[in-house]
Amino acid sequence: MSTIAFPYLLADKPETFFFPPKASTFAAENDFFYMALFYIALFFFLLIVVGMIVFVIKYRQRPGYEGDPRPLHNNALEITWTVIPTLIVCWIFARGVYGYMEMMRAPAETIDINVEARKWNWLFEYPNGARDPVLHIPNDKAIRLRMRSVDVLHCLYVPAFRCKTDVVPGRVTQLWFQPIREGTFDIFCAEYCGDQHSEMLTKVVVHSQEDYEAWLAEAVKPPIAPVAHGQWLYERMGCKSCHSLEPNKVVVGPSFNGSYGKSFRDSKGQDVSFDANYVRESVLAPQAVMRPEFVKASQMPSFQGKLKENEITAITAFLQALEDGNISDEEMNAVPAAESTENTTGEGETDSAAQAAEQVSGN
Amino acid sequence: MSHEHTSAHGAGHHGDGHGGHGDHGHLPFLAHHFDDPEQQFDSGKLGIWIFLVTEVLFFSGMFCAYSLYRSRNPEVFMFASQFLNEALGAFNTCVLLFSSLTMAWGVRCAQLRQKNGLVLCLALTLGCAAIFLGVKAVEYTHKWDIGLLPAGSYLAQPEVPVHHEGLSPWLINLSIVPGILLVAFAVWLVITFVKGDKRMSEIAGTLLATAACYFLGVFVGLKFQEAEASSSAHAAHEISVEHDGDTGSHEAGVTADEHAQGQPAESATSESANDHVSGTTGTEAPLKEIEAHLVSLDAPKVVPGAPLDAMVNQKGGAGLFFSIYYCMTGVHALHIIGGMVVMVWLLVRATKDQFHEQYFGPVDYVGLYWHLVDLIWIYLFPLLYLIK
Amino acid sequence: MSAVAESPTHSHSQVTENYLFNTKGFLSWALTLDHKRIGLMYLVGVMSSFLVGGLLALLIRAELFTPGELFLNNKQFNQVFTLHGAVMVFLFIIPSVPAALGNFLVPVMLGAKDVAFPRLNLCSFYLWVGGAIFFLCALFYTGLDTGWTFYTPYSSSSEFGTMGPVVWATMGVFILGFSSIFTGLNFIVTINTMRPPGMAWFKMPLFLWATYSTSIIQVLATPVLGITVLLLAAERVLKIGIFDPHLNGDPVTYQHFFWFYSHPAVYIMILPGMGIISELMSVHSHKSIFGYRFIAYSSVAIAIFGFLVWGHHMFTAGMAEVTTVVFSALTFSVSIPSAIKVFNWLATMYKGTVYLNTPMCYALNFLFLFTIGGLTGLWLGALSTDRALHDTYFVVAHFHYVMMGGTLVAFVGGLFHWWPKMTGKMFNDLWGKISCLLVFIGFNMTFLPQFVLGSRGMPRRYARYLEEFQVLHQISTAGAFVLGAGLFVALGVLIHSLMRGRRAPNNPWGAATLEWQCTSPPPFYNFASAPSVTDPYDYLPLKYISEEEGWVYISPTKSTDPQAHPEIAKS
Repeated sequence: MSTIAFPYLLADKPETFFFPPKASTFAAENDFFYMALFYIALFFFLLIVVGMIVFVIKYRQRPGYEGDPRPLHNNALEITWTVIPTLIVCWIFARGVYGYMEMMRAPAETIDINVEARKWNWLFEYPNGARDPVLHIPNDKAIRLRMRSVDVLHCLYVPAFRCKTDVVPGRVTQLWFQPIREGTFDIFCAEYCGDQHSEMLTKVVVHSQEDYEAWLAEAVKPPIAPVAHGQWLYERMGCKSCHSLEPNKVVVGPSFNGSYGKSFRDSKGQDVSFDANYVRESVLAPQAVMRPEFVKASQMPSFQGKLKENEITAITAFLQALEDGNISDEEMNAVPAAESTENTTGEGETDSAAQAAEQVSGN
Repeated sequence: MSHEHTSAHGAGHHGDGHGGHGDHGHLPFLAHHFDDPEQQFDSGKLGIWIFLVTEVLFFSGMFCAYSLYRSRNPEVFMFASQFLNEALGAFNTCVLLFSSLTMAWGVRCAQLRQKNGLVLCLALTLGCAAIFLGVKAVEYTHKWDIGLLPAGSYLAQPEVPVHHEGLSPWLINLSIVPGILLVAFAVWLVITFVKGDKRMSEIAGTLLATAACYFLGVFVGLKFQEAEASSSAHAAHEISVEHDGDTGSHEAGVTADEHAQGQPAESATSESANDHVSGTTGTEAPLKEIEAHLVSLDAPKVVPGAPLDAMVNQKGGAGLFFSIYYCMTGVHALHIIGGMVVMVWLLVRATKDQFHEQYFGPVDYVGLYWHLVDLIWIYLFPLLYLIK
Repeated sequence: MSAVAESPTHSHSQVTENYLFNTKGFLSWALTLDHKRIGLMYLVGVMSSFLVGGLLALLIRAELFTPGELFLNNKQFNQVFTLHGAVMVFLFIIPSVPAALGNFLVPVMLGAKDVAFPRLNLCSFYLWVGGAIFFLCALFYTGLDTGWTFYTPYSSSSEFGTMGPVVWATMGVFILGFSSIFTGLNFIVTINTMRPPGMAWFKMPLFLWATYSTSIIQVLATPVLGITVLLLAAERVLKIGIFDPHLNGDPVTYQHFFWFYSHPAVYIMILPGMGIISELMSVHSHKSIFGYRFIAYSSVAIAIFGFLVWGHHMFTAGMAEVTTVVFSALTFSVSIPSAIKVFNWLATMYKGTVYLNTPMCYALNFLFLFTIGGLTGLWLGALSTDRALHDTYFVVAHFHYVMMGGTLVAFVGGLFHWWPKMTGKMFNDLWGKISCLLVFIGFNMTFLPQFVLGSRGMPRRYARYLEEFQVLHQISTAGAFVLGAGLFVALGVLIHSLMRGRRAPNNPWGAATLEWQCTSPPPFYNFASAPSVTDPYDYLPLKYISEEEGWVYISPTKSTDPQAHPEIAKS
């Protein structure tokens, strides 16, 4: 499966002084226009600053020089410096509208990918039902993102593509672009959304068409090993946005690290042990039993009907593997005896998927 | 200060076109930094007009919100405005219009130096304002009783008839402050009467009458409400018939009930958002449905309207209407209370006989403010109560 | 003639009538109706707010020295930048020039005794104090982290609890809004009804034109902010749902409401700064202003256009295409009057006599920085480049160049210019210029790299950033400390002048506007009689008299020194 290895470049290292890599069809127009504006602005800036310096030197107060305080007026001059900037500004406006219209008019044939933004991660849903925290797209194809937010305002921003659009809760917003080169580029959240706003980052991976298809085909298959499956779900179902894997780090809910197997006193004062049943109950009815310190903050939705029983089992296995704080490769890929025999090729796949996921979250 | 006067007099001799500079000492009502009464009056007049502009813009925010949400959800507004009592609204409109008349009359009295006329006019205006608030209190509390609350806490079940024995506890709570004021003013009146302070007892009497007017308003409001209630069974039936069709009445009640109680709007929306495939169309679908129902409103018999009521009669529907209703009328009521406070100040000054031909600015300014408050109600009444 | 006659009476009148000392005691200040004292109290207030906001800015820049966590965690960082923005916008920039300098100058420039409503003026000061206290408590004790824009639904989400910081802060903003409205109302009425005979509209100093335009915006836009924050508070307390998508409300509506005020508010910030620069350029070039009417009209034009461009804050928020295009067109229309002003200021120096003293250095500094700020607006107004640059550091740099390079530098320049009039003391000009140079270097070092950061894709309001942005961030941080040092030097110069400064002459700069015709500092009644009005930019009859260390009217027909006249007549 080495063909699916990501075409990693050094992510978004600026290629020119001003710009990140040109990676979409918008980039050429944007960069040209940006530089055109730069030179227009530079011209006026120099005009004013040089004028200022010359006047200050020439007319500075000094012995033997006396200026004339009487007023000067020159309507021709006033009209000149009203009309010329107006004309230039008209051109800028028109050019801006031209570029904008191009960015708004998606072609008829697009690959539609749904985007769900939440505090503080992205989830991309592909036409074949695959879901992934990283945006994977084929090169040279028009892509349309249909974006929605489950909580607050976010904004999907790809500097290398030179475009962004807000993700507004209660609305569906759209963004389209067409990548022109393969590589991995940054995706930022550009609308302030709370604590981890600056860490709501992910990547967009532009594949060749074949790689993209291969990736898609694989992305719908969850890993076979229960622990890896659990992690796979953890990253895709939104658990990640509230529960960290670092010990005692509270994002919104409690950390998953080292929780399993311990017991605690819940908000009603009863002792509860963190076992498979508790995990199951927490997934289906999150507010039923809670730790007192999280009662106020709990916004966790029920996953009733969204997770199948075997998926809940996988999550339980994942949490159990995290009991001692870290997961070894052995634990990650341990496959119950009954299944291991029938799936030898699957192991490699699982491996690379898990690695890919790790690579991504490592950023 | 003495220096200012001497130098001002000195300046007067220069005759630089600033007549009246030396007159400061003779006009106690003229502030030191103004040249003459005209300048003072003009400044005040311009000032109050600008203030009124800011008031209009202040309300314009809410009028914008009203038109935005009305254009987005017309059916919600049609549905929800039925719960507003037009008779009470109309009565309040008349009361406010009459108070504008008395206020304008008061300005005339001030200009003509008719002290007693001015005091009477101010008292009448205050009384009308209090009646308005009394009626409003009845309207509000009735709605709170049946759960017609702002979106977040909206839990109306219009099909469940509301019986409340005696007075609503909300109404009693709202009437505590006016009640205390009533007693306090009565005591004050007795004290001043015993002391023989005629001016003070005039003020205390007016305030007592104002507080009493609030309870008059409450009384009138309750009478109207009773009259409404006597035909309420009939009216409620009409409402349900209008929207539910002949058979759907009971069903609608159940659906609405479930919606309001069992399934809060939040969870409904977030669920549909989580549902990934239909998520994108999730928000569009209900809109389409509503549009379909809108069309059906013209021909109610073709499509049963029950789902529409259920859709409209929830937090994000009628609840939003009541949010806007409470914001607009609430802020308006605050302006009425503000106006009353200023009028009491005018009343005190009027009893001191401070207003006359040359100095009636404050009465004029408050009058303008009062007309604006009245005018805003003239817009609120049809927009909220009448337009179906 | 008048110069010689004036000298003996001068020191006497200064002690007894000087507005600073004519009455004594805490209450004589706390309950004063004198616009000059109110202006001075405002000045102390806004300067303290600026100190708070500035220190917070340094905190932000220091934290951003490294890509990872240095000493603020994410939550703290978000609170600090929220606090910085809110304090700077609501407590410093908006009231700085209009309320502090404007209160002092408007009546004196008009030759009036006071503003039209002195009690309202005092009330508006106390509203400001109350709002500020409310606001700061809300921010400091409850950890507001919504950004100064309070965007819903983040600000209305439940995690702050019902009576959370948002409610406190919005109430603070509401109260501050009233203060702003009353100040604006007062100035409009004052300028309309209290101009002395002979001062036609086009004989007013340009600072008054700018103040008048500003006041119109304050009066028309602030009520909308008032209702917006009121609705936001109601949203949190009563859950009215107008802005809450879960209750079928719409968060973008909030943005429209908010920016309907807050974009004109940008002009509340910059217009008075432009007014100051118009005065400074003319006075210190000793040259009548070039294109008076064009500058005056452009102020009004900016005020009007300013109301029509709020949508450019939402170019990426999913507005309809037509709306977006129209807002872009309107946005560009604002750039023209600003350009006209810049060219006219430049032309004012032509054939004048440029005195390179501290206020003039600040004015030139303004011209440089504001030009950059204005020109970079072109990138953001153009729709296609804005889609790349929106909400990046490019925007941060742009508005700091306009607001800080523009308003703050003009404010400091204006403060140096009118300081002798306000306090009666001259400051050390050399150190003033050094502060100006430090501000210039520090400012450009801080914000020029941010343009590049933005075009390379660094989003704003980020507590952490990718390593490739580090070098530019470090230059920026270093610059911020130079800038801070420059401003501290300026503060030091002013404070030093209070203790050790020479007594200021009546007219140290040779200005022709009316405020320079009364003593420094002015008597509590400003003018004994309405001064005779001359062209505010006619410098011909002014001559420098070295014994006075200031400028005096020499032409006998123009001799209008208000003190000299009655006293001479009497003696």
